[in-house]
Amino acid sequence: MSVVIPYIDEPRPDTGVTNAKLGIWLFLASEVMLFGGLFSAYIILRINNPQWESWSSILNVPLATVNTLFLISSSITVVLSWASLMRKQFDKYRLYTILTLLFGVGFMVIKYFEYTAKFHHGLYPSSNAFLAIYFTMTGLHGLHVVGGMAALAYLCWPGSKLWKTRPVWFTQRVECAGLFWHLVDLVWIVLFPILYLM
Amino acid sequence: MADDLEHVEEHVRACIIIFLSLLVLTGFTVLASYLDVPKPAAITIALCIAAVKATLVLLYFMHLVSEKKLIYFSLALTAFFFVGLILLPILGVHDVIRIIMIKGY
Repeated sequence: MSVVIPYIDEPRPDTGVTNAKLGIWLFLASEVMLFGGLFSAYIILRINNPQWESWSSILNVPLATVNTLFLISSSITVVLSWASLMRKQFDKYRLYTILTLLFGVGFMVIKYFEYTAKFHHGLYPSSNAFLAIYFTMTGLHGLHVVGGMAALAYLCWPGSKLWKTRPVWFTQRVECAGLFWHLVDLVWIVLFPILYLM
Repeated sequence: MADDLEHVEEHVRACIIIFLSLLVLTGFTVLASYLDVPKPAAITIALCIAAVKATLVLLYFMHLVSEKKLIYFSLALTAFFFVGLILLPILGVHDVIRIIMIKGY
């Protein structure tokens, strides 16, 4: 006997939204609190360490700027991939998702070069308070990028079978994965100035 | 259905404008970091630009510009506790509660 979860592709009358939409927003709220704890730690460490700027000046601003452009560009390709599904253009959806994944890969490759350059110079999370919070925040954010890419890749290939049978469900899944991806972009928009520029 | 498609086209047009705005604002953020201004002013400028960018992403990319009340309510609750998380260390470092108790205000 199969159980059908109600209100997947139509809004619940009492909440006005589908269960999936409410679920993803509650998940994103928990993510905001997760990063909020780290922002809080950042403030404590920064206030208590007058030598902060000499520690943070070692970061590579041009590389981080390119990464910012990658994530902003990936956000628009996510919007375009969802819009393609709404227009019933599956091939375009797949093209825009592949572009999003490429931006994500580009972001992680740059992060790899940034990390290895630090390690090469003997700079580790244990070196000072700035590097401790830098590696923690960017590392956690990097894990989110990888997680988001895994979700988008799953929907683009094995998960896309659903498009043939239940296109509305599939479009909604893509929308939810897109909301997560936008949060990843949003967190980086804050991390970029507080870690690299201030 | 036609209404849905019209809404999608409008949303895409708005998002492309927001995308271009975010690119320009990223340029401003980097340029502002090279300005010869006192540190508190530089931090304020960087945070203000980041706040504008974050708001644009939330409103348009994440579609909060036209969302349901329940979503707004859960996000308002999140924002309240997030602000608390940010304020706690600041109040703690400056020992605001002890100052209030000693000075009586």
